[in-house]
Amino acid sequence: MAVSLDLLMNAVISGLLLGGFYAAVSIGVAISFGMLDIVNIAHPAFILLGSYVAFIGNTVFGIDPIVAAAIMLPAFYLLGMAGYQVYYVAFERRDDQSLRGLSFFFGVLFITEVALVLIFGVDYRTVQAPYIGPSLGLGLFDLPLRLLVPFLVSMVMVVGLQLFLSRTFVGRAVQAVAQDQQALRLMAANPTKIKRIAFGLSIATASLAGACLIIIQPVEPSIGREYIGRVFAICVLGGLGSFPGMVIAAMTLGIAESLTATFFGPSWAPAVAFGILLITLAVRPSGILGR
Amino acid sequence: MPFTLVLIVVAAAIFASARWFDSSYGFFIGYVVVQYIVLGTAWNILGGYTGYVNFGITAFFAIGAYSTVALHKLVPTLPLPAMIVVSGVLAGLVGLGTGYLTLRLRGVFFSIATLALAVVVQTLITNWDFVGGARGAYVLRPRVAPLIGGEYVQYLFLLMLGMGVIVLATARAIERSALGYGFAAIRDDEGAAEASGVPTLKLKLIATTLSGGFMGMAGAPLPFYVTYLDPASGFSLNYAVNAIAMPLIGGTGSWLGPVVGAVLVGGLQEYLRVTISSAVNVLVAGVLMVAFVIAAPQGIVGLFQRKR
Amino acid sequence: MTALLQVAGLGKRFGGFVALDAIDLDVQQGERLGLIGPNGSGKSTLVNCVCGTLRNESGSVHFADEALDGLSAHQRTRRGLARSFQLPRPFASLSLAENVRIPLLYTVKARDSGALAGAAIDARCLDVLGQVGLAGKAERLPRDLTQIEMRKLELARAMAAEPKLLIADEAMAGLSHGEVDEIIALLIRLNERGVTVIMIEHIMRAVMEFSQRLAVLVAGRKIADGPPKDVVRDPEVVRAYLGE
Repeated sequence: MAVSLDLLMNAVISGLLLGGFYAAVSIGVAISFGMLDIVNIAHPAFILLGSYVAFIGNTVFGIDPIVAAAIMLPAFYLLGMAGYQVYYVAFERRDDQSLRGLSFFFGVLFITEVALVLIFGVDYRTVQAPYIGPSLGLGLFDLPLRLLVPFLVSMVMVVGLQLFLSRTFVGRAVQAVAQDQQALRLMAANPTKIKRIAFGLSIATASLAGACLIIIQPVEPSIGREYIGRVFAICVLGGLGSFPGMVIAAMTLGIAESLTATFFGPSWAPAVAFGILLITLAVRPSGILGR
Repeated sequence: MPFTLVLIVVAAAIFASARWFDSSYGFFIGYVVVQYIVLGTAWNILGGYTGYVNFGITAFFAIGAYSTVALHKLVPTLPLPAMIVVSGVLAGLVGLGTGYLTLRLRGVFFSIATLALAVVVQTLITNWDFVGGARGAYVLRPRVAPLIGGEYVQYLFLLMLGMGVIVLATARAIERSALGYGFAAIRDDEGAAEASGVPTLKLKLIATTLSGGFMGMAGAPLPFYVTYLDPASGFSLNYAVNAIAMPLIGGTGSWLGPVVGAVLVGGLQEYLRVTISSAVNVLVAGVLMVAFVIAAPQGIVGLFQRKR
Repeated sequence: MTALLQVAGLGKRFGGFVALDAIDLDVQQGERLGLIGPNGSGKSTLVNCVCGTLRNESGSVHFADEALDGLSAHQRTRRGLARSFQLPRPFASLSLAENVRIPLLYTVKARDSGALAGAAIDARCLDVLGQVGLAGKAERLPRDLTQIEMRKLELARAMAAEPKLLIADEAMAGLSHGEVDEIIALLIRLNERGVTVIMIEHIMRAVMEFSQRLAVLVAGRKIADGPPKDVVRDPEVVRAYLGE
């Protein structure tokens, strides 16, 4: 009985830490889908890109994966801006059916996955760092550092972005463009430019999230697909446009998956996210704290 | 009616010449191309005609394939055409269910839900030992084709041609009917369609059911074609990308688009697989899809059609 | 005789914002009602609730003695309630003839299924387009149309549904003097054929020319309802809407 409680508590703790990481993975989509209404289902592909970049930095240059990701932040930011420019010219400006925009991102997801397979192969890749392996023991609880460090990085990223959005002019403009583009134009800010910056930020988060990912688990190109469901499940459950809601939803999912993996086996874990997504869409599409 | 007749004649002619050339390779390739005609047309009924993007093609396709595996174990004497019908019905019901849960929301949420569906179905089947689970299942391909004699793959090709005729005839019939106009109205402006009296939810459910059902049918013969089916290959993303890319490249406005897309892209893929590598051929569909979606959204057929 | 349209105590909120506050409105069969009010006063929200595009939280809507609560928009259209949209929403990939074919197929044909088929439908489409003067462009696409032609198409689509009540939501915004006259004449012709019409407009000249009765909506409440000449002299109406 005591053993089982111990197992339960550790599953919950792991779930919480994992959930924090999931927040980092989802924050990019919280911006692109929640605020800009761009259904970037290719976001997990960018995260994988971040993972492999961290991998190269770690194995070829011997840098810590998170540091590698931080160095590459500007590159990802520019990639995001370029990506938005293509999206804008091809779809948003033409006011085209969302069919084409969705297919575009689906294509990007697929192309990225295949390209990664061609370059890196299908083997699992991992990184080395001093905090992968040891755990922090806190009394009864075991906090694996390989989960704790990404958790902390994620929280810093989420809080940092939240502050940016509420305290800076550009940040507030991003929030405004999510709600009323016309008013934004009248404020002499260019909505397209603002959206470009926001999408750039969205992709930049993928750099750090990718580094966190490869710290937490070994990575191979097709795992991006599992994350599509997780990311959208979190954003929908949390309510589009709400960062706090998203974080709560991420923790919830993390705990649910952790408990499922512990008590039913890890092969069922991917279905948890998607199951939650389907149920949420069917029952309460506006999410926990959504608009 | 004459259109269906033309289709049957064309299909019969194709089959007859394939028999005459008597190349095993030809039958295998032919099966793949026609399979994509069926998948692409099925996708297009919901996608191009009605404007709702289904990313969960692998779910419906695999439901068809795994129904065959399960039925074959339960009732080994059941003929393949019967299994195709059962697969179609099962996949259609799943389509109906998914639609009922999600079609009241924005189209974008439907698309995301279909992505979710694909993974849920894959997880369920991976954990279902009766059909082999993660290890996969072996299906013995009979040595001789029933009814027509010759290699069994010829029988598979014939059945797939039959499905092609059915699906294409259905697509064209929809295009010209009140149902087709209703679909187009939903695609162009769902709110205005409702205000004009179109029962949008009912029509969307019809589209989802038909589309899912046909995809399931396309997957039903697969176990006999590959003889070894495991979730990794049964749920391969290639099916999904091809099923979407081919109609987008060929043109989503009419029944002809998916056919053109399947033949051209399928042919190109096979050529690349043989000359360069099988990894590159897989990339082709994705790259072409992105290129067409950006530069030529009306597809190949649309490029040739003069705008009214 | 009961009114054709009976709106009683209709209320609609968006979160904390009260868009409509206990609206009572009756429209008699064959009447020409004008509905005016400042921007944001809830006119379009009222139309959306009556037609089923939005769900009202309180109150009820009766049409031809039937309660509409719970019915979807397409079901209401089939019962004879049609509307045009403030910003035209044509079916962009279909020709004009096909645009009016949709309501014909799904409303008129649905009502009396055997009556309409094949060539008769094509003829009816051309006929409806002819009534708004667009028969010559029947095979063109909506993107080839001018502003006023788009408005006419919007009205044609509503007319194709052979409604008992038609709501024209700001169909004349931004049109020239002559174009406004065209639309007024069109709506009066329609009314003479027995269709009840509600005109929502900002152009006072049109409203005064057209309406037999005038209702005024301000900040979600109806503040006046009566003969046009009296309503425009009502001090509250003058203060809230018509100006100093």
